[in-house]
Amino acid sequence: MSGKEALLEVDGLKKHFKVNQGWIASLMESFGSGEPDYVHAVDGVSFELREGETLGLAGESGCGKTTTGMSLVKLHEPTAGDIIYDDQRLSEATDAEIKKFRQNAQMIFQDPFESLNPRMTVYDTVAEPLRIHDIPNETARVQRALEFAELLPAEHYFDQYPHELSGGQRQRVAIARALVLDPDFIVADEPVSMLDVSLRAGVLSLLDRMTDEFGLSVVYISHDLSLLRHMCDRLAIMYMGKIVEKGPTDQIIENPQHPYTQALINAVPVPDPGVGRDRVELQGEVGDVIDIPTGCRFKNRCSEYIGDVCDQVVPPLEQKTEFEQDVACHLYESAAGYDPYEEMSGSPSAAETGDGAESTPADD
Amino acid sequence: MAQEEQSSRSIYTDLDDGGSDEEIDKWQRTFRLWRETLREHWGMLTDELSVKLSMLTVAGFMLIAIFAPFIATHQPLQRQYQGEAGIIIEDWAEPSLLGADTEYLLGTTAEGFDIFSQLIYGTRAALLVGLVAAIFTAGIGTLVGLVAGYYGGKVDDALMRIVDFLYGMPLLPTVIVLVAVLGPDLWNIILALIVLQWRSTARVIRSQSLSLRERPFVKAAEVAGAGDWHIISRHLAPNVLPMTFLYGSFGIAWAILAEAGISFIGLGDPNTVSWGTMLQASRAYSALSFGAWWWFVPPGICIGLLVISGFLIGRGYEEITNPKLQ
Ligand SMILES: Nc1ncnc2c1ncn2[C@@H]1O[C@H](COP(=O)(O)OP(=O)(O)OP(=O)(O)O)[C@@H](O)[C@H]1O
Ligand code: SF4
Ligand SMILES: [Mg+2]
Repeated sequence: MSGKEALLEVDGLKKHFKVNQGWIASLMESFGSGEPDYVHAVDGVSFELREGETLGLAGESGCGKTTTGMSLVKLHEPTAGDIIYDDQRLSEATDAEIKKFRQNAQMIFQDPFESLNPRMTVYDTVAEPLRIHDIPNETARVQRALEFAELLPAEHYFDQYPHELSGGQRQRVAIARALVLDPDFIVADEPVSMLDVSLRAGVLSLLDRMTDEFGLSVVYISHDLSLLRHMCDRLAIMYMGKIVEKGPTDQIIENPQHPYTQALINAVPVPDPGVGRDRVELQGEVGDVIDIPTGCRFKNRCSEYIGDVCDQVVPPLEQKTEFEQDVACHLYESAAGYDPYEEMSGSPSAAETGDGAESTPADD
Repeated sequence: MAQEEQSSRSIYTDLDDGGSDEEIDKWQRTFRLWRETLREHWGMLTDELSVKLSMLTVAGFMLIAIFAPFIATHQPLQRQYQGEAGIIIEDWAEPSLLGADTEYLLGTTAEGFDIFSQLIYGTRAALLVGLVAAIFTAGIGTLVGLVAGYYGGKVDDALMRIVDFLYGMPLLPTVIVLVAVLGPDLWNIILALIVLQWRSTARVIRSQSLSLRERPFVKAAEVAGAGDWHIISRHLAPNVLPMTFLYGSFGIAWAILAEAGISFIGLGDPNTVSWGTMLQASRAYSALSFGAWWWFVPPGICIGLLVISGFLIGRGYEEITNPKLQ
């Protein structure tokens, strides 16, 4: 492909959360009536993160971006699927291999006011990962990391507590903490969305330098496509826990193919003063993430809906014949020759041959 | 780690060749930070007049407890004289403070004990009960709360069932049973108070830990590879500690009050003088109907002063527990 090696491979990752039902429902469940409900936060995503690249994860609120990001750094145990790092399946990794992975996978969180321990100084916060991994030269490394994060002079910040810092400074401390172990990749979950607009550019240029000077791979999570366009080499667009379109950034922004991506790009961001960030608003409601609908998850909002095939068959994310990016939509012809109509239970061809009942179930 | 450093770029490469000798002295630094935090808390705490007065009161009682043998004029459990009927003295000595011509500042009890000396020695029992019970209830409650809140799931369920069970145990019947089984000793009363009191601290600390462990700074530590104990001790404990102190200071007041109540109904340790046992004795000998108010009023005032001081200090500390730091 681009000639770069894959650093991390995500293979059919799923993460479902049990719905908290309250005690009456759980009592009924323990008496055998009714199954527990699950939120299908991430429902089968596969992608690779290449060495030195920045991959953008985009999509509306609740589509599973954060859950995917947290799974990448092993904050969640996947419900199904696996992550392959350094030719090693993490589900089969030994403790020592997990420790090595922990040293190389870091995360920057959305809310800088929540991501630093209020009772720990800047120095202790940044030094903590070094202590956990018994890495020498603590002071020099902490100082170097803070200097890289443009907190100068670094010594001045050593004994400060988070409440003495501004949001931008806090996020810089969080970045220094993520970089102090010299990781291979970082998941940045909306790192500037909670910051004052005037502070964003500074932190963004810092993140840019981070990829240049460390040769880091970054998974950049955001719903702000204009920002992702500026930051990312490749994009993956998520909808209800699945990737619907994935490919080079320019291709996706300039030539979106999936109806959902098209809607996202055409939507005007509306300022949302309550959250302090812009929200993208689309027509219609996001579908039910507990009772997943059959067929395409976007069908209720899709302007291109083409009938029963959309209603019954889950469109796989695959290479199409006409363009470079991968798309999960029945509008386009599969490059591999996959025919979704063969899987329709009620299709005339299936009914005629009499094996409609045996066709593969559409839902994975 | 060294094995892949060659291939990937790093701003730390030069640091790995040859150690630097400018490491910060960890202990010195930790000590200094602790001192600063304590000084800041102390400043906030003593900002209020009521807290300052309460602290002086408690400090005063502490001095009295420590120097009790020098302050007391008599042995608290030594009969000063015998009545004709043997043990009971019908006419007790009136307080010299009120102008009576006796050597007893607050007079004597019907049993012939010096009330002033009993009051002084009673301070020891009150502070002992208060401090020991409070330290243990706060300590056990915090530990259980942290473990339950951090691990959640089955561990949490099991520990919280124990707490629920303890919530079903009423104070007096439990103490009666424990004292009946173990004997009416001051330490057994303290034990009973601890058993009954850690539950509320555990509950509060648990709910704090539950929400703390979902906070991103805990997630960040997890991502960095921190183990369970590391997260509990470095990230959860320092953030629940103010709550522990708060419950501890309320615990002192509660334990003193409970001990007085237990002694008052006659379950106290007969070999220890406490304000509660003094009240109980005054009631047993109907001091009220004889108008001997100097027997029961002083211990009552002492209990009130100490308990109110404890609550006021706790209240003052409560303001520190929701600071701008959160
Ligand atoms: N720990 C959890 N327990 C239960 N449900 C969860 C949990 N975490 C996330 N979810 C649910 O999973 C879905 C996906 O959440 P996620 O946070 O990954 O979305 P997101 O794309 O990051 O959204 P946003 O843009 O608002 O941050 C949501 O419906 C959310 O309510
Ligand atoms: S598969 Fe059908 S419903 Fe889904 S996006 Fe494509 S056209 Fe729309
Ligand atoms: Mg999110």
